[in-house]
Amino acid sequence: MLRFLLRRVTLIIPTFVGVTFLSFMLIHLVPGDPIEVRVGEHGIAPERLAQLRHEFGLDQPLWQQFLTYEVQLAHGDLGVSVVTRDTVWNEFTTLFPATVELAVCAIIFAMVVGLPLGVIAAVRRGSAFDYGLMGLSVTGASMPIFWWGLMVILVFSVSLGWTPVSGRISDIYFVEPWSGFMLVDCWFADEAGACASAWGHLILPMIVLGTIPLATIARMTRSSMLEVLNEDYIRTARAKGLSVPRVVVVHALRNALIPVVTVIGLSVSSLLGGAILTETIFSWPGVGHWLVESIQRRDYPVLQGGTLLVAVLVILVNLGVDVTYSFLNPRIRR
Amino acid sequence: MALLEIRNLAVEFATARGRFRAVDGVDVTIDEGEILCVVGESGSGKSVSMLAVMGLIAWPGRVTADVMRFAGTDLLGLPSRQRRKLVGKDMAMVFQEPMSSLNPCYPVGWQIAEALRAHNAVAKPKVRDRVVELLDQVGIPAPASRMGAFPHQLSGGMNQRVMIAMAIACNPRLLIADEPTTALDVTIQKQILDLLISLQKQGGMALALITHDMGVVAETAQRVQVMYAGQMVEEQLTDSLFSAPRHPYTAALLDALPERAMGRARLPTIPGVVPGIDDRPSGCLFNPRCRFVQERCLTTPPQLEGPAGARARCHTPLDAAGQPTGVAA
Amino acid sequence: MSELSIQAAAPAIPGRLRLFWRSFAENRGAVLGLGIMVVLIVVAALADVIAPHSPIEQFRSHFLTPPIWEAGGDPAFLLGTDDVGRDMLSRLIYGARLSLIIGFSVASLSLVAGTILGLTAAFAGGMVDIVIMRVMDILLVFPSLLLAIVIVAILGPGLFNAMLAVVVVTLPGYTRLARASALSELARDYVTATRCAGAGSLRLMFDTVLPNCLAPLIVQVSLGFATAILDAAALGFLGLGAQPPTPEWGTMLSGSLQYYQRAWWVLAFPGFAILLTVMAFNLFGDGLRDALDPKLKR
Repeated sequence: MLRFLLRRVTLIIPTFVGVTFLSFMLIHLVPGDPIEVRVGEHGIAPERLAQLRHEFGLDQPLWQQFLTYEVQLAHGDLGVSVVTRDTVWNEFTTLFPATVELAVCAIIFAMVVGLPLGVIAAVRRGSAFDYGLMGLSVTGASMPIFWWGLMVILVFSVSLGWTPVSGRISDIYFVEPWSGFMLVDCWFADEAGACASAWGHLILPMIVLGTIPLATIARMTRSSMLEVLNEDYIRTARAKGLSVPRVVVVHALRNALIPVVTVIGLSVSSLLGGAILTETIFSWPGVGHWLVESIQRRDYPVLQGGTLLVAVLVILVNLGVDVTYSFLNPRIRR
Repeated sequence: MALLEIRNLAVEFATARGRFRAVDGVDVTIDEGEILCVVGESGSGKSVSMLAVMGLIAWPGRVTADVMRFAGTDLLGLPSRQRRKLVGKDMAMVFQEPMSSLNPCYPVGWQIAEALRAHNAVAKPKVRDRVVELLDQVGIPAPASRMGAFPHQLSGGMNQRVMIAMAIACNPRLLIADEPTTALDVTIQKQILDLLISLQKQGGMALALITHDMGVVAETAQRVQVMYAGQMVEEQLTDSLFSAPRHPYTAALLDALPERAMGRARLPTIPGVVPGIDDRPSGCLFNPRCRFVQERCLTTPPQLEGPAGARARCHTPLDAAGQPTGVAA
Repeated sequence: MSELSIQAAAPAIPGRLRLFWRSFAENRGAVLGLGIMVVLIVVAALADVIAPHSPIEQFRSHFLTPPIWEAGGDPAFLLGTDDVGRDMLSRLIYGARLSLIIGFSVASLSLVAGTILGLTAAFAGGMVDIVIMRVMDILLVFPSLLLAIVIVAILGPGLFNAMLAVVVVTLPGYTRLARASALSELARDYVTATRCAGAGSLRLMFDTVLPNCLAPLIVQVSLGFATAILDAAALGFLGLGAQPPTPEWGTMLSGSLQYYQRAWWVLAFPGFAILLTVMAFNLFGDGLRDALDPKLKR
């Protein structure tokens, strides 16, 4: 098991270096000089520019600059925002919990609803329920979520007035940002109103971000279950005289979950992509919103550092998925 | 009274091109402690009829029969909950593909124990001991340590032994073995077969052995049923079947045995294939491949006729000399 | 006798194309998708004829006119007008043309580039294979929308750059698929036979192996159409894709955010058009996969 882990970790090192190289190249591909880019639109005197170029090592060959960049990264130095003058790392860590909260709730929502729906559809294949669910799942998977978010706001916030339009919590509450996760903080603040408000703010973005994963999970679970239910070992299980629920849950679902878990895990990348749109629509103060704003402000260090951190996050989650997968599937564990 | 008695069994599947009868008009009788062999080419419906006995035909298949009785209990009218109490306990089945018939996610010991627990066959604290005993009984070395092994860590032969252990866990009265040796190496085949026979003798259970290997039939069976294209075409005691087959198909099968073709230049074969869903002939289903085909074989389906224990589905059953009877010369 | 019965049965076995159509038509969703696609293509092709107005003409006296069935609707503007008085219906019709062009160019460019890269990796093996696939892995690590955003941020906003960005982010999918199916074909005996017969690498690549890898690639293109349209619209929505007054559906949504309290139609229709189009290609792609992949057949 330890050897398996070690091998996986060594395998991702080249990817790691490649990702840092790509983010390094990013700032060099932007038209114009990085210094000029960094100072923004104020302009700069040529002598000062040359001096700064030397200071920042920009007159050195590219490969040397890359090495410097790697060393900086190794020290946790991701650069400084042009706009706020705060370090990229600081900004990221302040905003990150909001994104995690949203993404985790969305994926839990998608699993809690999607898995049982997929199993039922598979067990009752060909029924009206099955057809209905499959129709809905194609619709969900095709959803432009930036529009879906707007429609949900239009109906639930504007027309019905049930939920607030944007943000994480109502202004009237102040909760000590202890963990950064609003739901957790409200829970510890022990204020029912704050909790309700946090949930009210979270529910729509959660549903919107969870829509595509929900559709995918329901579909994957169904087709994976259908495949597994045809396997010989299901027949063996039935030949033991086991009850239908036991055959479905203990023998089929465990095997059917293997590809589904992989897909859920690998969808972290697209989930973060969706978070960019969802956070923009709901003004959710998370990493996605921050990145989109950084483009509008031409804050390239933020875009560079933020993108790199997101990529690293995806690599780590994928590693976690790999390990989980090996637990679920004894065949690949050696 | 027979342990298992089935009259006029039919299994139908709904397909995109209409209903397909995989099994049609099959009668099966097995007595307590008897060995019955069911032979036939692949696709002849021999597995399907036995799966129907076990109640394992899944939707969209449909099972009908005039009589389907096991140890005096009518299986057809039995609620599924009651039927599940029989299946896996009093009647058990071993399948063809040991590698894929075991759940890859669970250790083999757990899977055997599950069969015991499902029918409360032994007291909870004794389950482990019983599993070790079963594994030992089916000839798995170091049974206590093999309990935790996953199916992919064992060979095909070992997995088939595990399957057999699982099937005999609750001391069934009827064991159905569906081509238990087909997927295994030749050297292992004999071992598994011997194991089944010895278990049958020890436990006094009835054994229904599905096979397409006439050699296996000759060695093991007391009685033989021959299936062709979903129908039972002949039923005889083993000795008389080999000496005097009554259906031309059985005769052709026997002729195709290498042992019987000694001295001939070429091994005789049966031309053509078993008819599938698209090309079922009218009349006798065997008529496109029959050596003795007559006018009426093309139009009228024959019935299963003859003295009890030696029936054949043929208009012109063969006599002891291998010549068709009742043909106007 | 036996030969006779076999011959009689022969005409009952249908031809390949008909068999394909039959299994495709069995999937009602796929046929629905195909239907919507055909309608979209016709609408896009005849946009100049059927659109009641120019997509960019601004009717100064008709700002935010509601659709015809709402109070205050104008029969000249069936689906109403937007904030600067442009006819929604005409913009949607021209948007269909744009979306199909985006989908087509992106999908075909990714297909060609991805197939060449994938086949090269499969045939060359060794270092070339490792380098190509590593680069693809690295591209896959980034959330595709984020990578597209970053690329557009570098190249500058605009429809062309947005399309280019979507090509880059969809490239790994095609490359991996082409490589995987080429590798599985390369292991087959007929490839060895062709190689023994003295066929050159290029011939082997495009003439022998490629035709046999086509089925999964065709399916991927159909699904890739949907992804391309969706991603390009998302970029448009974020203000990074097509720029106003181009009647691109995503861009139309982006400009209308502030009106969601007063004029729902400005929001609802473009998004619904995106949903319908993406769904049509997804349904079609799924049907295609089921019909082409015999493993999934019942």
